[in-house]
Amino acid sequence: MRAKLHYRWYTPYLFLLPGLALYVLWMIYPLGYEFYISFFDWKIMPGQTSEFIGWANYQRVLDDKNFWLALENTVRYTAVTVIGQMVIGLGLAVMVHRVFIAKRLFRGIYYLPVVTSWVVVSFLFQFIFSAHRGGLVNYTLIDVLHMLDEPVNWIGETNTAWIIIYSLGIWKGMGWTMVIFLAALQGIPPELYESAAIDGAGEIGQFRFITLPMIRRTTLFILVALVIGGFQVFISVYLITGGGPLHRTEVVLSYMYDRSFDRLWFGYGAAISYILAAIVVLVSFGQLRLFGQSDDADY
Amino acid sequence: MTVNNRSQRMFHWTILALLTLGAVIAMAPMLYMVATAFKPAAYVPEFPPKFIPDNPTLENFRTAFNSRNFDTALFNSAKVAVSTALLVTTLSSMMAYAFARFEFPGKTLLFYTILAMMMVPTMMLIIPQFILASKLELINSHTGLVLVYTAGGLAFNMFLLRGFFESLPYELEEAALIDGANQFVIFWRIMLPLARPALSTVGVFSFLGAWDEYIWALTVLTDPAKRTLPIAIQNFRGTRATDWGLVFAASLTAVVPTVLLFVFFQRYFVQGITTGAVKK
Repeated sequence: MRAKLHYRWYTPYLFLLPGLALYVLWMIYPLGYEFYISFFDWKIMPGQTSEFIGWANYQRVLDDKNFWLALENTVRYTAVTVIGQMVIGLGLAVMVHRVFIAKRLFRGIYYLPVVTSWVVVSFLFQFIFSAHRGGLVNYTLIDVLHMLDEPVNWIGETNTAWIIIYSLGIWKGMGWTMVIFLAALQGIPPELYESAAIDGAGEIGQFRFITLPMIRRTTLFILVALVIGGFQVFISVYLITGGGPLHRTEVVLSYMYDRSFDRLWFGYGAAISYILAAIVVLVSFGQLRLFGQSDDADY
Repeated sequence: MTVNNRSQRMFHWTILALLTLGAVIAMAPMLYMVATAFKPAAYVPEFPPKFIPDNPTLENFRTAFNSRNFDTALFNSAKVAVSTALLVTTLSSMMAYAFARFEFPGKTLLFYTILAMMMVPTMMLIIPQFILASKLELINSHTGLVLVYTAGGLAFNMFLLRGFFESLPYELEEAALIDGANQFVIFWRIMLPLARPALSTVGVFSFLGAWDEYIWALTVLTDPAKRTLPIAIQNFRGTRATDWGLVFAASLTAVVPTVLLFVFFQRYFVQGITTGAVKK
């Protein structure tokens, strides 16, 4: 039986008011305002009038080859880094869960990149992927592993530039995935494994038939969160390639930022933002629908 | 888990070896950053790369602190991050308490609106937020940073704290009510002290978020005296010849406080990021 507290009718609103005022002003209102902006040829200079142009901004975005390329790049980034973070994160979690010493140390080390600023690690990856032979990655591939003969100009070409951005995304995020998987693994009752072992299930069988089903909800949560995060990739691209050359490595948000704050096409940028948000919301619901099944997806 | 036979012992040592190898790979970029910060005039990476500099020097740190408002940026970031942490903790705990303990018209609608908003990419709102900041004369203003960071952090932290408040028993509040305390006294004197671990989590997360925030600061700060750390670091990166030692000395100065916070609060970090993700 849930107890009821007595309070005046306006008390809850007093608790909500200060936070909610800020939230409405800087989150809810901008969301609506941006929709409005997206229908205008928006002028930012005082004195100029913005012209209402209906859906024209959306039409222009959908006709813009650079936008489609940026979207494709974003989807590819999301696919690669989400899979990378989930596979490596789960692998690490399983191992950290089983290791008999230094559990916290390993957890801490793998988590460290997560708490490091995106700006710092973007420059750091630029540096270790330096085109010089002394660049850490080139040196490792040539002089330590003998996999290459010549130093690679990583930043110089679109495909290799993506390798920098992908590996940064996976390296920075895998610790987050690991910590959450680890918490889920620790929540599985050990009796399940004991009885499975008695029934003769090996390590792989136990993983397949106990671990994976038991962490299903957590996996879904991680998937949805990482996909939302993947679509928001910006800082690494902006600082490592700047979207170039010729918008070849642009992602949706870097392209939106370029159009909005470089060209000052605010209406156009607003339309790109709305299209991206719609995609993210649809993809999130799609995943919950597809993988959530009978589960009560209450988050 | 008892290590009771030979093959199991092998299994455990293999895991340890793999994890150590992985940790070395994961840490290598960080360690290389530290090493480079202590190398003089690192315009190109030296060959072969050295994790322990031949002639370690503090020159880069000296140059960083003597130039381009770097110490101002450090101070600005500290000011903005502490203000954001205090504001987010206060406001989100009040909102969380309202959602955890009260029934009121509009509660469900409000709750799901905030929940749904969490799916919206934060950066998507940068255009209207920028226009709003211009109208309110919050460009080049640290108040503007703190307000936007706080608004952006409220939802997640409110959900985190709501879960915590809901897990607390009602008895304490009932006893206090009988003693004549009002809701605000109960919240301040009973609930907040009980929620201290969760509040620490919220405070640390909000501090780090504001400390590292780049995009909004990049967009609204043009006055060099107002810069925060990420922008100051970017300026050291420059456009042409980059003294990487300088960049990483500045980076290290920004990263060390976050690492210390993480080391001291590791327990809260784990709690904060696993709340909601793992059904208890």
